[in-house]
Amino acid sequence: MTNYLVLVLATLACYAASLGCYVRFLYAPARPVGRAATFALSGGLILHYFALLARSHMIHGVPYDDLAGSLSLFAWLLAATYLCLELVLRQKTVGAFVLPVVLALFVFAHAFATPGTAAPPARGAIFALHVTLNILAYAAFALSFVASLIYLIENRMLRDRRLGPLGWRFPALDALEQLSRSSVRVGLASLTIGVATGFVWAHRLLGRYWDDDWKVGITLLIFAAYAAYLVLARTGTWRGARASALCVANFVFVIFSYSIVNLYLSRFHRYL
Amino acid sequence: MELVLIGLNHRTATLELRERVAFNAEQACMAAEQLRARGILEETLVLSTCNRSELYGVPPETTADSAAAMELFLASFHRMNPDELGGSLYRHRDLDVVRHLYRVAAGLDSMLLGEAEILGQVREAYRIALDHGATGPVLNRMFQGALEVGKRVRSETEIGTRPVSVAFAGVKLSERIFGSLKNHSALILGAGDTGELVVTHLRDRGIGGLRVSNRSIERGRDLAVRFGAETVAWENVPKALAWPDMVVTSVTSAEPVLTRAMVERAMEARGNRALLLIDLGVPRNVEPGVAGLYNVYLYNIDDLQEIVEQNKRARAAEIPRAETIVGEHVDKFLNWQAGVNSSVVLAGLRERLAAEREAFLAARMGDLAHLPAADRARVARLLEEFVDRVLLDPVERLRGERELRRKLQNLEALRDLFRLDQGKS
Repeated sequence: MTNYLVLVLATLACYAASLGCYVRFLYAPARPVGRAATFALSGGLILHYFALLARSHMIHGVPYDDLAGSLSLFAWLLAATYLCLELVLRQKTVGAFVLPVVLALFVFAHAFATPGTAAPPARGAIFALHVTLNILAYAAFALSFVASLIYLIENRMLRDRRLGPLGWRFPALDALEQLSRSSVRVGLASLTIGVATGFVWAHRLLGRYWDDDWKVGITLLIFAAYAAYLVLARTGTWRGARASALCVANFVFVIFSYSIVNLYLSRFHRYL
Repeated sequence: MELVLIGLNHRTATLELRERVAFNAEQACMAAEQLRARGILEETLVLSTCNRSELYGVPPETTADSAAAMELFLASFHRMNPDELGGSLYRHRDLDVVRHLYRVAAGLDSMLLGEAEILGQVREAYRIALDHGATGPVLNRMFQGALEVGKRVRSETEIGTRPVSVAFAGVKLSERIFGSLKNHSALILGAGDTGELVVTHLRDRGIGGLRVSNRSIERGRDLAVRFGAETVAWENVPKALAWPDMVVTSVTSAEPVLTRAMVERAMEARGNRALLLIDLGVPRNVEPGVAGLYNVYLYNIDDLQEIVEQNKRARAAEIPRAETIVGEHVDKFLNWQAGVNSSVVLAGLRERLAAEREAFLAARMGDLAHLPAADRARVARLLEEFVDRVLLDPVERLRGERELRRKLQNLEALRDLFRLDQGKS
């Protein structure tokens, strides 16, 4: 327990330091500060991984048996996905917007969520794949949410002809649009496989593929909403700010699915 | 080790005077060679740009007033009366020279604060001097430091990032929307001076496609040839609006060239792809109502001017951070200089004590004449070992001293107490 607590606190410190550096970098983009932000985030990711592992050993099961573990994995995947994109795109300004989400998820996972076990008993490779891929999809949607939000802010600045200091530091609108679309594509692919493995797992456990559970319904709604975003973003009427606004709005379903549905409405995905 | 700089720049001299004392690459080499051949400087470098002409040098230790000799040389090299230069020249010595050069490389001394070209000019001047063997360890160290300062200031501050000209601001705006311009295109309407500057910047930034249209067909063709662009007939402009990502207008016209209805139709034809309109015309070439259309970004000359003013203020706000970097590197140079000085002083001290020891032995060996030669040699060796042992601790402490000021004070004290400079001047 002590080791686990130390890992959680060390991870928290790294993420907080990374957030501080990213925010500082946004206002005064000095290269050492940017490097420190990435370094702290990488450190946080490594420590976070070991924290998840320690949790797994503690509860003798997968680390996402409960809401806390699930949110923690969500935060880890979001941070990892962002880091990969940062290294590929060489664009650090988005970090100041992603890290607050990572930090909030991590803090909520470890401070407020009550540990418990999911019902029915969650074990096995298919279940692990099902949960991990769905959470990866949510992480990708979270990233598209952040990219679209920045798009809307920057677009407003450009339209109003008031760029200010931040306007010159954001990525280009085109890059943000691409980032958002790529994230949604990754999210939809993960969600598709995640849902499919969920059906297989349900069949093994319950003897039927389908069960009228809130989680299934909301997941299909999320799928439809993000698929609609991808299609509409290519049409003349929606391309640009409208599609980005839709992407931001879609994330409400993800939050609803993760909070209200998981906590109160779902029978098979409820954390207790 | 002394450093001297004389020079003039846009603040101290008129354009006419700057033109008269400018050096081209060949002249810079010649001047450096002559300065060394005449014994005025041991190491030298000439930095000459459109805004400054500066002579950097390390004079021989025996030269009393090297700056005066450099001034006379500068005047004679350009066949001028020294009085013509007098009031316009600035003179710096030692650390002030280092600080000045580092500020120049950082763009802090430029006419356009933070401009990038000066770093390239400093690099080129250094390369030429290095190739001709005009520099030595001191100037090499100082100029390498200057290049480092220039790079750091540009990567760690925003002193040179934001555009401070209307034309460049327009191009940078397009990059805010489209990112790299390689896969994007621009249509240029009219042929104003600022419009031409925008085209030059667009070309430099690798714009993917460029089309030009002008009311006068001949002038339009002329522009297209000059810019390497395609021409669009003036009457086809409404249709042509479906193609580019960016339109730059600088047309002399009392009425708007692009109306809201025209752009609205174009947006429909282009499936609402984002369109940036840069209106450089006075009176305006684009109807203000166009700004309300979805996915259209409209900037007129006043908007761009306002951005330029904001960016100038933002650059000025970066001065303290840039000065901090300059200060750090001046300290670094000072540290290196102190290290070099300590080696020189310690070598001088050893030399002095060896001479004293020899003199002492020569005077006293007479009293030991009864001893066998082997014993006398042993006495001499013991005395040598004794001197080394006495010096061991102070030398280590001096070398290990981390506080620069204290180190310099100790070196100065050694120099003074043991009269190490005697015999050199």
